[in-house]
Amino acid sequence: MAAEAERAGSPLAIRGMTVSYGQKPAVFSVDMTVEAGKMTAIIGPNGAGKSTLLKAALGILKPLAGTTTVFGKAVVAQRHRIAYVPQRASVDWDFPTRVIDVVLMGLYPQLGLLGRVRPAHRAKAEDCLARVGMQDFATRQIGQLSGGQQQRVFLARALAQDADLYLLDEPFAGVDAATEKAIIGVLKSLRDAGKTVVAVHHDLSTVAEYFDNVFLINTRRVAEGSVAAAFNDRTLQDAYGGRLAGAQMEALRAVEAPQTEAPQLQ
Amino acid sequence: MIRDALLLGLGYNATLVTIGAALLGMAAGVGGTFLFLRKRALVSDAISHATLPGVALAFMVMVMLGGDGRNLIGLLAGAAITAGTGLLIVTWLSTRTRLAEDAAIGAVLSVFFGFGIVLLTVIQTMSAGRQAGLEGFLLGSTAGMLRSDALVIAVSAALTLALVMLLRRPLTLASFDPEYATSLGQNVTRTDLAMMGLVLAVTVVGLKIVGLILIVALLIIPPVTARFWTERTDHVVLIAGLVGGVSAYVGAAISAAVPNMPTGPIIVLVSFALFAVSLLLSPRRGVVSALLRHRAYQRRVHLRQGLLALAQGQPIYERLTLRLLRRRGWALPDGVPTPEGQGRATRALRDEVRWQLVRRDPAYEVAAARYDGLTPIESVLTPDQIEDIDSRIGAGA
Repeated sequence: MAAEAERAGSPLAIRGMTVSYGQKPAVFSVDMTVEAGKMTAIIGPNGAGKSTLLKAALGILKPLAGTTTVFGKAVVAQRHRIAYVPQRASVDWDFPTRVIDVVLMGLYPQLGLLGRVRPAHRAKAEDCLARVGMQDFATRQIGQLSGGQQQRVFLARALAQDADLYLLDEPFAGVDAATEKAIIGVLKSLRDAGKTVVAVHHDLSTVAEYFDNVFLINTRRVAEGSVAAAFNDRTLQDAYGGRLAGAQMEALRAVEAPQTEAPQLQ
Repeated sequence: MIRDALLLGLGYNATLVTIGAALLGMAAGVGGTFLFLRKRALVSDAISHATLPGVALAFMVMVMLGGDGRNLIGLLAGAAITAGTGLLIVTWLSTRTRLAEDAAIGAVLSVFFGFGIVLLTVIQTMSAGRQAGLEGFLLGSTAGMLRSDALVIAVSAALTLALVMLLRRPLTLASFDPEYATSLGQNVTRTDLAMMGLVLAVTVVGLKIVGLILIVALLIIPPVTARFWTERTDHVVLIAGLVGGVSAYVGAAISAAVPNMPTGPIIVLVSFALFAVSLLLSPRRGVVSALLRHRAYQRRVHLRQGLLALAQGQPIYERLTLRLLRRRGWALPDGVPTPEGQGRATRALRDEVRWQLVRRDPAYEVAAARYDGLTPIESVLTPDQIEDIDSRIGAGA
């Protein structure tokens, strides 16, 4: 009964999720229960099924088996409470559209098919751009942006949705340091406002600094819980196997210790 | 004569054809835009070729039922059925089997077209019905177009435009970011089907005027042309409609004014002319402006490299560099700097040294990202910051 209550209260609860490309499962029988009001990192080696899990939960990929609930109800009934930030590389950035138009896409569910874009909508979109530090780029064509700027525009689009659950697929992949700082700032402000954030993450050295909880996956679930409880040598070794060299583990331990000086670039 | 045609002064039939063609051109340009943006332009080629067996089968059925087989709505309905079948097969092959979409298109296109040609040959041998003119669907034939034909085209074109207006947001989202569209609860498969339905309608209606072989041009050339002039999806739609409408209107008028000129091919050539002009002259994406931009950039690079070489007393090997320096009066023909050139060279070198320090210092990471070897550092950093950098240069050296 406690498990049932936990599932009903969770912003994102996945049960028995299996997704397969052909005969090879990318995600196998995974359970995940995201804690409300926290920032959770989905971590695992390349090809471990991190993005696949997220896409299957959202219905973008059709799972072979498994159910997903969002705040205790089916995903279809809760779309308005979910904001998804896809991988930057998943779209063609030469598409004829401007930054402000992309952010306005986050308001499409609200606008419907024929609703006019009113000054209030535009102001809302501009406000979201300002929150990611992109207010000066509103009328730029999206192809003129750097990778980091593109990622921030995608985040602004999600912000426009005013969701309760934010799902991000590799938001820090290939972005500059300034963008990384801006994005993590926005995500933390979302959490502080009581929202739930789940992000696929690949940089082990920043996990402890950025996130509250971790979910380790390597096709199957490896570990789940707070950073203190579930993010350690043993769970990482379980998830990455031999792929994580001893030196990397050392570096991680060093990160966990308090830092006195900013690391010098080579 | 062409002036008369453009002003619709060439009689009832020519006027009918010209207006009908213009409406069709608009619908095709608008409907083809999302096909182009979704990168599925060639699917329309499979759809159009798959109309041929439908036309032939519809003719045979109508003759068997005792008619003469020339009812336009009946023929177009047949075309729509086989084109829809072809479309479903392409979709099925590319999503459910390991065939890529291009291979699926190639297979469907040729098989359906071949089957259609066989049926047309069979029809030639039939004694009943008035089969003459059926092959006009291949390249279009506007001679003897009736008022009712023009009306069918006008109504279909208006419906297409209304549907695109209604579905513009889901169509845009599905073209730009289908995964995100799904996360918002949009059924992308259904949006794609609606888009293909639009294209199918335009194709079938356009058979009479431009024919099944050339209708693809009318779907694709206008949006491609429009893309040269704007960076906004809604504007691409509008401009594509305009380009399609104008091409079809002008093309139909020319073919009405000049004897023995086929309507469809002339329309396609007119739209190609608009495309060629856009390709060359578009200010942002055109070939000419890209060439000019590249030349200007190349000159800036050569000048900068030349100045740095002068400052460090290195010889200049490239003729272009030396020529540019000489033309500005910064260097003499033998590669020795003039006083002005020496001054500029010193400044360029100082700029470069400052940049090197900025790029090494993590504190200046944002500024360092703007380094391109050409931008003066004064346009990126404040005077205070430059002072900070300069003090460190002094200390380091």
